[in-house]
Amino acid sequence: MATGIKDKIAIIGMGCTKFGEHWDASGEDLIVEAFEGCLADAGIEKKEIEAGYFGTHYEEINVGKSAIPMAAALKLPYIPVTRTENFCATATEAFRGACYAVASGACDIALALGMEKLKDTGYAGLPSAGTFGVMDFILGANFTAPGAFAQLATAYSATYGLPMEKIKEAIAHVSIKSHKNGVMNPKAHLRRAVTEEQVLSAPMIAYPLGLFDCCGVSDGAAAAIVTTPEIAKSLKKNNDYVMVKALQVACSSGEESIYNSWDGAHVETTTRASLKAYEEAGIKDPRKEINLMELHDCFSITEFVTYEDVQISPRGKAYDDVMNGFYDLDGGVPCQVDGGLKCFGHPIGASGLRMIYALYEQILDRVPEERRIKNARLGLTHNMGGVPNYNVVSITILGRD
Amino acid sequence: MVGICSYGGYVPRYRLNRMVIFEAMGWMNPGTIGSARGEKAVANFDEDSITMAVAAGIDCLKGIDRSRVQGTYFASTSMVYKERLNAGIITAALGLKEEIRAADFSGGLKAGTSALLSAVESVESGRVSDIMVCSSDCRLGKPGSVQEMNFGDAAAAFLVGSEDVIAEFKGAYSTTYDFVDHYRGASGKYDRQWEDRWIRDVGYGVLLPETIEGFLAKYNLEIGDFAKIIYPCHYGAARKKLNKKFGIKPEMDQNNLLSEIGDVGAAQPLVMLASALEEAEPGQKIMVVSFGSGCDVLCFEVTENIKMRKGVKGISGYLKEKTALDKYEKYSVWRDILPGDLGTSSEVDLWTRWSLNWRKRKAILGLWGSRCTKCGTVQYPPQKICVNPDCGALHQMEDMLFSDKKGRIVSFTGDNLAASYDPPAIYGSVEFDIGGKFMFDFTDCDLDSLSVGMSAVFSFRRKYFDKERDIVGYFWKAIPVKEVG
Repeated sequence: MATGIKDKIAIIGMGCTKFGEHWDASGEDLIVEAFEGCLADAGIEKKEIEAGYFGTHYEEINVGKSAIPMAAALKLPYIPVTRTENFCATATEAFRGACYAVASGACDIALALGMEKLKDTGYAGLPSAGTFGVMDFILGANFTAPGAFAQLATAYSATYGLPMEKIKEAIAHVSIKSHKNGVMNPKAHLRRAVTEEQVLSAPMIAYPLGLFDCCGVSDGAAAAIVTTPEIAKSLKKNNDYVMVKALQVACSSGEESIYNSWDGAHVETTTRASLKAYEEAGIKDPRKEINLMELHDCFSITEFVTYEDVQISPRGKAYDDVMNGFYDLDGGVPCQVDGGLKCFGHPIGASGLRMIYALYEQILDRVPEERRIKNARLGLTHNMGGVPNYNVVSITILGRD
Repeated sequence: MVGICSYGGYVPRYRLNRMVIFEAMGWMNPGTIGSARGEKAVANFDEDSITMAVAAGIDCLKGIDRSRVQGTYFASTSMVYKERLNAGIITAALGLKEEIRAADFSGGLKAGTSALLSAVESVESGRVSDIMVCSSDCRLGKPGSVQEMNFGDAAAAFLVGSEDVIAEFKGAYSTTYDFVDHYRGASGKYDRQWEDRWIRDVGYGVLLPETIEGFLAKYNLEIGDFAKIIYPCHYGAARKKLNKKFGIKPEMDQNNLLSEIGDVGAAQPLVMLASALEEAEPGQKIMVVSFGSGCDVLCFEVTENIKMRKGVKGISGYLKEKTALDKYEKYSVWRDILPGDLGTSSEVDLWTRWSLNWRKRKAILGLWGSRCTKCGTVQYPPQKICVNPDCGALHQMEDMLFSDKKGRIVSFTGDNLAASYDPPAIYGSVEFDIGGKFMFDFTDCDLDSLSVGMSAVFSFRRKYFDKERDIVGYFWKAIPVKEVG
């Protein structure tokens, strides 16, 4: 009988670069910077790391395939290093790999590092050619990420009878909140508050999503070192570490894209993965028990439907929670406390570990008073890679105790 | 009895008012004001001679068992491929069986009637029946030219067979001359023509009448025996003269649709024939004449069965569904006359993998999916394992055609970030009425008119163009349809 990951792994060190347009840094530079901070925080020596997991998504415009670029950049001494790639869940998959390596007993200390260098493409947005394979090039619609996610809004409006103006109003609030949080974070990419008027009058990217409904495309890297609770206790005299409570991943089964069971107004994988994560972590009432969340807000509408998919807002009721400020920094379950993908930025292969980093520094009370969540004991991160009808979702739950 | 068993037509949605052309290009050739009347039908950026032929073919095959078709003849002077059977692409797109003959008819503008004649004679041979004849043209005149004013895009299709004939074939007569009024060389993008006066006086003044006379003499018929005379001349004065010479009364003179569609080249007599059949009565004789490198004259007599073939959309149906193309520049970019900037993100190398296209040909060109024989779930694209989570049967699929089904929009967007020749790129998820769902590009629609729940039909379109290797890739798009009534 499987017992799950709960309380088997401790995060003893983390590092995260500033996210943004690093015109002066290549992928290897970002890897080194995130690792440097992470190793110092863990308080161990490089030679103590026994396994590495490296996440990056767009390797072709970046460091290339395999895990070798990280091993070589960090001069890791011939240890096993594995590359993970699972769209936007890439970094969380690297983290999961490291956790599983330690939990299996194969090693005591493992490194997970995610990095993406996107700003050498020469244009805004993400490269899309080949992303979904050759058949998608032949059969697939001429879509981009914003257009794929924008359809959540048209389907949501039809499913719940919520007029598009109200959806626009709510998702504007989602973005305004994240901008407000991002302003306070020196590592965030976009650090400027926005008004509702600015958001609603911004140029349309993909109906009904305007410019401020879309997250930033950034360069960045984040890293974590994990070990067993016993070793963590021996290394961190003041119990300065964070425990892993759940690690779940769910992949689309193909039903959402070609079967008729999905309403298009929610994300099935998020729903499934969160239910399993709560079960693994022993959480009965997430709305009451979860103290803060980093959700995959690639677009404001994604965050909006995810409130429901992670069982915090009832189905069809996200609008009320958003407008009541439930997800604001001083709300019931603060969301995107570091600015989120929206403002901290979204280097695809680093974002999962950046979210874990956001929870880590909150849980360890390492953030300045102005953006600190009081009594942050239990937090959830959520990544969603792909598009609403064809995707992979990862959920982690982390806690102090 | 051999003849036409069904007909269909297609006119693209966009119409370019000729004054819009004149306003853009009249400064260069002020004389074109004489042609700047009415509008011309313009293929959308994702249409060409093949896609229009398929659309007309679909119209023609409504209510007809596609498995009975034994041949596909395609006639056009704007073939998409010089080597690769264009009629083969049409055959696959129409969901016809693969054990059939197919041929491309090209060269002169009489290619359309030559294809129809060949189909008739193929069926008359008794060795083959039910041949689809599709004809379309999508020709370009140089910016500022009279041809640019005149040329329009459209298609017609006929099923030629020996059962349920609606218009019986009664005879034909042909002439062939190397009379070069128009031509395009092997690498020519634009049509070139000789002096109008010569074309009018010798071509329509001598060669065409001689052929009609030859036909009438051969069959001992008189012009008065015909209810409709179809011939492609777009010179107003020459038409008047010809009508007078032969005694073609106004009600016999089939409208050449110059003001509504334009000169559709090889498809011109066939588009006019498809139009004529919409209103034809049993017992009427129709004469079809083509002109280009000589003439074909074909004679049909309408049968009682014509009453059974009502309800096709036809040329008149498509003529009603129109949207004004308000910008000459848009037309120029769509036809690759003006190289518009699609943005850096679109500059990717598009490799067409022919072995894969072959393997998946039914799903790509025909929009064939699969149906689980165990639980009945239909699914596109075809699956090996049934997508129904309560079934999951392995290898129990049979082919299922989706292209002739209707759909319903379940989500949509208009995307300004996607590289498109008609931004915003509109696409969304569409559920098929028979079950199954797929995310399609939408075409021939405006974002403002869309809503979840709207119906959609499917149209064979250009999906991409690989300029580097001169490859046009095709797939299906959804066309949202406003409910009637």
